[in-house]
Amino acid sequence: MTTPFGFHYRLERKAIGLVLGIILVASIGGIVEIAPLFTIHQTVEEAPDMRVYTPLELAGRNIYIREGCYACHSQMIRTLRDEVERYGPYSLAVESKYDHPMLWGSKRTGPDLARLGGKYSDAWHVAHLLNPRDVVPESVMPAYAWLARTPLKTDDLGRHLAAMRKVGVPYTDDMIANAKDDAYGQARPDTPFAEGVTKRYGEATNVRAFGGEATVTEMDALVAYLQILGRLTDAAHKTAKAGE
Amino acid sequence: MLAGLTRNERDLSLVILTALTLVGLLMAVAGRNDPLGVHGGIVMIICILAIFAVIANYYKPEPGEDRFDRYYDEPTKFGIIIAMIWVVVGLFIGDWVAWLLVNPNLTFDAGWASFGRLRPVHTSGVIFGFGGNALIATSFYVMQRTSRARMPDQISPWFVLFGYNLFCIIAASGYLMGVTQSKEYAEPEWYADIWLVIVWVAYLILYLRTLARRKEPHIYVANWYYLAFILVVAMLHIVNNLAVPVSLSSAKSYSLFSGVQDAMTEWWYGHNAVAFFLTSGFLGMMYYYMPVRAGRPIFSYRLSIISFWGITFFYMWAGSHHLHYTALPQWVQTLGMTFSVMLLVPSWASASNALLTLNGAWHKVRDDATLRFMMVAAVFYGLSTFEGSFMAIRSVNSLSHYTDWTVGHVHAGALGWVAMITFGSIYASVPWLWKTKTMYSPRLVEVHFWLALAGTIIYVFAMWNSGIIQGLMWRTYNESGTLAYSFVDSLVAMHPYYIARAIGGLLFLIGGVVAFYNIWMTIRMAAATASDTPRDRPVPALQPAE
Repeated sequence: MTTPFGFHYRLERKAIGLVLGIILVASIGGIVEIAPLFTIHQTVEEAPDMRVYTPLELAGRNIYIREGCYACHSQMIRTLRDEVERYGPYSLAVESKYDHPMLWGSKRTGPDLARLGGKYSDAWHVAHLLNPRDVVPESVMPAYAWLARTPLKTDDLGRHLAAMRKVGVPYTDDMIANAKDDAYGQARPDTPFAEGVTKRYGEATNVRAFGGEATVTEMDALVAYLQILGRLTDAAHKTAKAGE
Repeated sequence: MLAGLTRNERDLSLVILTALTLVGLLMAVAGRNDPLGVHGGIVMIICILAIFAVIANYYKPEPGEDRFDRYYDEPTKFGIIIAMIWVVVGLFIGDWVAWLLVNPNLTFDAGWASFGRLRPVHTSGVIFGFGGNALIATSFYVMQRTSRARMPDQISPWFVLFGYNLFCIIAASGYLMGVTQSKEYAEPEWYADIWLVIVWVAYLILYLRTLARRKEPHIYVANWYYLAFILVVAMLHIVNNLAVPVSLSSAKSYSLFSGVQDAMTEWWYGHNAVAFFLTSGFLGMMYYYMPVRAGRPIFSYRLSIISFWGITFFYMWAGSHHLHYTALPQWVQTLGMTFSVMLLVPSWASASNALLTLNGAWHKVRDDATLRFMMVAAVFYGLSTFEGSFMAIRSVNSLSHYTDWTVGHVHAGALGWVAMITFGSIYASVPWLWKTKTMYSPRLVEVHFWLALAGTIIYVFAMWNSGIIQGLMWRTYNESGTLAYSFVDSLVAMHPYYIARAIGGLLFLIGGVVAFYNIWMTIRMAAATASDTPRDRPVPALQPAE
């Protein structure tokens, strides 16, 4: 037996040796590739104008996750000419900085949604979610009509924001305390709660009756989320301009 | 089945099940306004049913000391049956969602029936339900034979199987209710993840304890692969699922990592779930069942060493090839691509080691559908690892990523390699386990083989076509320099391929049903003949394969 195989011949007589060998050999790749992503500063760009999701948008995002939308829609525009021309400026790392977890996706059975926000009206989104084939006859997307019938659960949104803060999203005590009211206010511009949303999340926040029913529904939340996609920061548009 | 437990083990299992019932009760009460409560109820019901099963056997005579002369195969039998149930369910859901892309109106205006919720039931059902149970069941079988030692106790294997399937049921029922972390192939939420860690540690300890009892000085190569499967899956699972729950009464959690770090961690996990769940474990299966069935020793011991450590080392770098041209730093993408290409060396070393093992037994491959399942599996393993390395090249990936080509690639591996090697191994072990001469119907094995092969080929060709057409349409420019096709144009072009894919999947599903029937009838046949001969006659410890 030559040396490496001779060594192995002895190693495979020891279960614990094999165990330690496997753990050691399998750890290296992850340590080299993942750990530096947390320490190398350039990994995530600076974006001072980046804002956090409002409670309503976060609730909408959780519906997007719950329904498995990510299985067919990506939220990651690659640095390829055709993608930039089809969907908009390529995605930056900073844009998903507050995404726990990220929803970059892996498959485009439907189109990319990274820059969907503001592309269509709220009414279009509602009609599309009620029955996609009413607005896009060729679509193979399921209908999500029941979202419009389901009232949004808002009483625990403060806890959701608090959990997000634990993993590093800068929600303030004020935001956490008012999460439920803010979720209501964002979808009801004619109520006194609306003002608090702009106060806490900025003037540019969409405050409007997304779906339009009397109670805030899951449809409202999902549309509010879809309308903010790609609009938490302008960083990508600035980078695109700088590159021209 | 449970009558084989000693009195002490019966007591212990009652204690464990009672404790679990209480955990279920706590979950049900704390999460009464949440899907967590439903899961608490499911845990309680399953544990109470299991308690009844143990009590029904409680006063049966205890097994004698002579049990140590035999291998403990009851859990393997149970695992194989459960795996066959999962495969029929998982394939059915898979084919159903394939038809949903042909006719999207089949959702009954209900959340649970939409594509997004059913798809993880399919992926988890086949990967974890079918694949996982088959791996656990065969690993119990293989580790005892190759160590020439019985498992140290009779409760650990049941704990592993029961706990693992509890995890699978929580996962699948959770998706239907919309409980998901959205991390692909790691969808189950925090409480299911914690439970899986407990089960997995028990599995590792059982494996090591059995190896410690071995009468062979060397640990056979199949066990290296099973060990890598257990260890690395634990590592991946724990890191990728780090999360903060909203509260202890809520099923929802927020992952610890975000954005680019989360993406890299997810695909480090995702790609190595392919490596260590869907490759390493099944290579362990292949390294035992193929030589035994062919009656030939493994072609090269050295090749098996090179491929084992090559796979264990290289694979862990390859995950970033899922993120080419994204916001992931380019240096990580380049590393991922490089290691993915290098990975071809150990992968093809394994595939050729398998195929060269068949030299001198090719006439058996011709005559024996069971061995042919294993041979075709090795061929598909070689093909899909080549395809994988190819698709990991950045410029190829720019075309293939986000398209059905990826789906086709995955299914070449999952149907052609994973499912085929598993069916081959199950067809080999069922007659050994239930002590029949052959399967109930060798002809039906033959039927299953051709259904599975035809289904796989139709599926993969449909997805190659649709994926490449899709990718090309997305990047085609017309003469005026603008994009030639809208997204909807590409979607319309997919329609015929989606029909073909669903038909391919249907053939594979029918094959799975045929297998289930054949195995069921073999067990019935065994029960009928066993009543003529004295039960539980001691079978001397068999020699290992090699």
